Amino acid sequence: MTETATPLWEVFIRARNGLSHKHAGSIHAADAELALQAARDVYTRRGEGQSVWVVRSSDIVASDPVDKDMMFEPTASKIYRHPTFYEIPDDVGNM
Amino acid sequence: MYSQGLIGADGKTDEDEAFLAAFQERIDAEQKIEPNDPMPEGYRKTLIRQISQHAHSEIIGMQPEGNWISRAPTLRRKAALMAKVQDEGGHGLYLYSAAETLGISREEMYQQLLTGAAKYSSIFNYPALTWADIGAIGWLVDGAAIMNQIALCRCSYGPYARAMIRICKEESFHQRQGYEILITLCNGSDEQKELAQDALNRFWWPSLMMFGPSEGQSVHSQQSMLWKIKRFSNDDLRDKFINATVPQAEFLGLKVPDPELKWNEEKQGYDHGDIDWDEFWRVVKGDGPCNRERMRTRRRVESEGAWVREAALAHAQKRAERQAVAPVAAE
Repeated sequence: MTETATPLWEVFIRARNGLSHKHAGSIHAADAELALQAARDVYTRRGEGQSVWVVRSSDIVASDPVDKDMMFEPTASKIYRHPTFYEIPDDVGNM
Repeated sequence: MYSQGLIGADGKTDEDEAFLAAFQERIDAEQKIEPNDPMPEGYRKTLIRQISQHAHSEIIGMQPEGNWISRAPTLRRKAALMAKVQDEGGHGLYLYSAAETLGISREEMYQQLLTGAAKYSSIFNYPALTWADIGAIGWLVDGAAIMNQIALCRCSYGPYARAMIRICKEESFHQRQGYEILITLCNGSDEQKELAQDALNRFWWPSLMMFGPSEGQSVHSQQSMLWKIKRFSNDDLRDKFINATVPQAEFLGLKVPDPELKWNEEKQGYDHGDIDWDEFWRVVKGDGPCNRERMRTRRRVESEGAWVREAALAHAQKRAERQAVAPVAAE
C-alpha cells in the first residue's frame, strides 16, 4: 500500500436532547464531511444519537497519565468542598 | 474464537520486577488499563495481536454471508442479512480503533492482513454453500463468538472491553436471526429440514474449533489470564457453548453430528467426541476450503478501492489549500 494515511477523528454523540455529547469512538476519514457520514454509519446504527460531533484526533489536547497525581490528587485532600464535610443538626432538616 | 489470535503470541516482556509488580497490582485490583497508561511491552503486543486479529475476523467474516445477500429468499431476510453484514464491518472498525490506541496504525494492520502475516478466525475459511448455512452461521458461529466476547467484556484493557460491550449488544440479533432461519426451514418440507441438518453437520465441528485448542500448560495463555486479557480457558468456553447449544438443536429436531455427545449428570454438562485438531491447524495455516479465495477477495477489494481513498484525500487537501488562501484574497 503506497497510500497516505487517512486522518483519524474522534466521534461524540448526543443520545437525546438534554444529555451532553459523549465520546463514542473513532473513525478514519479524508475530511470533515466524510467523517460525519462515517461516524453516522459506524456509531448510530441502532438509534444511538440525535447529534454527532467529529473532531480531528490530532486537535485534542490531553493530560498525561504520568501527571495524574500532580493534576488530580489535590482535589482528593480538599474534602471541605463536599457538603458532607459540614455538620448540621438533624433538627434543621434537609439542607 | 478470538483467543485463536493468541496462538503464537509473543507475551515476552523485559521490564524490571518492580514495574511488573506494580502493573499486576493494578490488574488484580480490577483497574482498567487505558491507552497511555504505563504497561509491559508483552501486554501491549499480546493485545495488538489479539485485537487486530479479532478485527480482521470481523472483516473477512463479511464474505461468507455477503455471498448470500442477493439470493436471500425474502425481502425480510435480505434486509436482516444486509444489516448483519454491515454490523460485522462496523465491529471490525470498532476493533481496529481499539488496537490503534496501542500504537499500531490502521494501515499497518491492513498490511499484515493482506500479506498473510496476521491471521483471522479459522471459521471464515468454510464456505456458505446453501441458504441454511446462513442460518447455521448466525446460530452457531455468532453464538460461539458471543460466548467468547461476553467473557472479553471484562478484559483489563479499557478500549477493548468497551468495544466488546458494544459488539455483544449488537450481536444478539445476529444469533436470533440465524436461529429463526433454521426454525423456518425445520418447520418446512423434508427437503428444507435436510438442508438445515446438512448445515449443522458441516458447521458444528468448525464452530467448536473457534474456541481454539486446549491450552494445557501454555505459558502464554497463563500470562494472558494473569493480565486478565483472557478470563476463561478455551475448554471452559467451549463447554459452555455446547451446553447452551445442544438443547437448541433438540428444539429444532436436528441431530448434533457427534455420536459421542452425552449428558454427564455428574458435571452437569455434555461430554463430547474428539475434535479434529489436524483439520484446525490445516485451516489456520492456510489450507482450509476457502483461505485463498477469502484473501484474493480482500486484496482485490483493497486495490479496487484505492482510487476512491486517494481521490477523497486529494479533494480534502485541495479544499484545505483553497480555504487557507481565501482570507488573503479577500483582503
